[in-house]
Amino acid sequence: MHLRAVFIALAVMLLALPGFGQTPLIADLSEHQIQITTGFVGTDVLLFGTVDPGSNVVVVVRGPEEQTTVWRKDRFAGIWINDRRMDFGRVPSFYAVRSTAPLDEIANETTRMRHGMGAEFLRLNPEEEGSSAQEVAVFRSALIRNKQRQGLFASGGDNITFLGGQLFRTRLHFPANVPTGFYDVEVFMLQDGRVVHAQTTPLIVRKAGLGADVFFFAHNYSALYGVIAVLLAIAAGVLAAFIFRKS
Amino acid sequence: MNIYLPIAEISVNVFLLLGMGGAVGFLSGLFGVGGGFLMTPLLIFIGVAPAVAVATEANQIVASSVSGVLAHWRRGNVDFRMGFVLLIGGTLGSIFGVWLFGFLRGLGQLDLAISLCYVVFLGVVGGLMFIESSRALFRRRRQSDTRRKLHQHHWLHGLPLKMRFRRSKLYISALLPIMIGFLVGILAAIMGVSGGFIMVPAMIYLLGMPTSVVVGTSLFQIIFVTSSVTFLQSAHNQTVDVILALILLTGGVIGAQIGTRFGTRLRGEQLRILLAVMVLAVCGKLCFDLVVTPDDLYAIGVAGAL
Repeated sequence: MHLRAVFIALAVMLLALPGFGQTPLIADLSEHQIQITTGFVGTDVLLFGTVDPGSNVVVVVRGPEEQTTVWRKDRFAGIWINDRRMDFGRVPSFYAVRSTAPLDEIANETTRMRHGMGAEFLRLNPEEEGSSAQEVAVFRSALIRNKQRQGLFASGGDNITFLGGQLFRTRLHFPANVPTGFYDVEVFMLQDGRVVHAQTTPLIVRKAGLGADVFFFAHNYSALYGVIAVLLAIAAGVLAAFIFRKS
Repeated sequence: MNIYLPIAEISVNVFLLLGMGGAVGFLSGLFGVGGGFLMTPLLIFIGVAPAVAVATEANQIVASSVSGVLAHWRRGNVDFRMGFVLLIGGTLGSIFGVWLFGFLRGLGQLDLAISLCYVVFLGVVGGLMFIESSRALFRRRRQSDTRRKLHQHHWLHGLPLKMRFRRSKLYISALLPIMIGFLVGILAAIMGVSGGFIMVPAMIYLLGMPTSVVVGTSLFQIIFVTSSVTFLQSAHNQTVDVILALILLTGGVIGAQIGTRFGTRLRGEQLRILLAVMVLAVCGKLCFDLVVTPDDLYAIGVAGAL
């Protein structure tokens, strides 16, 4: 297993460091960059590190924030139509949380709220005031539900494993539809329900190869891209007519 | 083997796309239709955003109409004068259509507008075609033969700006083809179809063009209208996925050749009745999706995209 080999090698290096044992929390990723190439179907990144014995670990992964609209459909003349909308500013495009034990057992509510541990503790607020708190709650849970269905809000789970009392590791999954941009991977060391140490590691998700070039071209030279798209199609049509001419 | 589509931003199996291109190409070769009305809903079913599906399909239709028009051109079945007049309307219509597309997208009603357009147009055209072809089939059985005029004259022929179309043997107002072109241009932009299923009946029944030049001329102007849609959608909305279009048209070209060969073995009325049933089936499926209660009444969209 490729990732396992990396993990063991890095863990050995960590343990061999001269200052080991003095820094309470050290964590790193097996990769700091995810490249979306033409054959991309999603990928796993290994997160590993060490903490003081007897601590718990929570990992929160957040993608770049974006404005997201939640629509509610209503029935008009028998047809379901997008009717009510609520715009949420600053919604993380991707969110995942991992922990060594169920979150409510290892972190108190204040801690969870402050650090956004669990989708229900994310600060998701509508941009416009004026909706009742109850309504906002319904739209917010719909937002989380839709994000989860798209695989972009990974529901947590106590799936950080310890090796011995200090070494921990977890596998972070990024699906094929992972948004591009700068991610923050926050690692928290908890004792008695409170965060005692934290570390943030950056992660970049970007398009690479032919797909990246096409995307870049389409967005930066839109008009030229349109001309090329038309010329390609005309060339393909002429080629097809030529190949099948005899028949 | 999966491929990540750069503009659609999803990962799809290449063979699924080739198969879809082939199947739709087969049907379009068989029935002599563009197939956009089948491909666009199919792309949406597999998870391509409607905006990308519509714009990309317009790009693919450019290719299939180019190869189609070359065959008709060799047989002299293209009325270029009529084609140019139609495409004046078509280009204007596509500009308006792309603008409308962006406007509806901003309102969050684009998906609904696309579905409704499909239901209405497929329902009307499919229904009419079904009635007409079953009557024709019935008439042929009775072996009765009635002589008909070349075309009917009505108020539409009284409009100003008359022009002579030699190849179509017509002397009619240029406004009429411009209006038809305009309507089809809007449909091409919003529905991602060539609009052949509207254009061809309109040319036969409204303009009174001879059937022999209808398909070639329609294809000729479709090239320009769908090119214009492709360009405008790229420039305005960045929704044309060239990679997706190329994969689809590879399958489509091969399928169309096989379909054309099968098509010559079937009779005209039988073909039309089959096509009508298929059009009505797609219409029914879309209609059902609009009416049935969705699993989740709430949906999300990112600002500036679907």
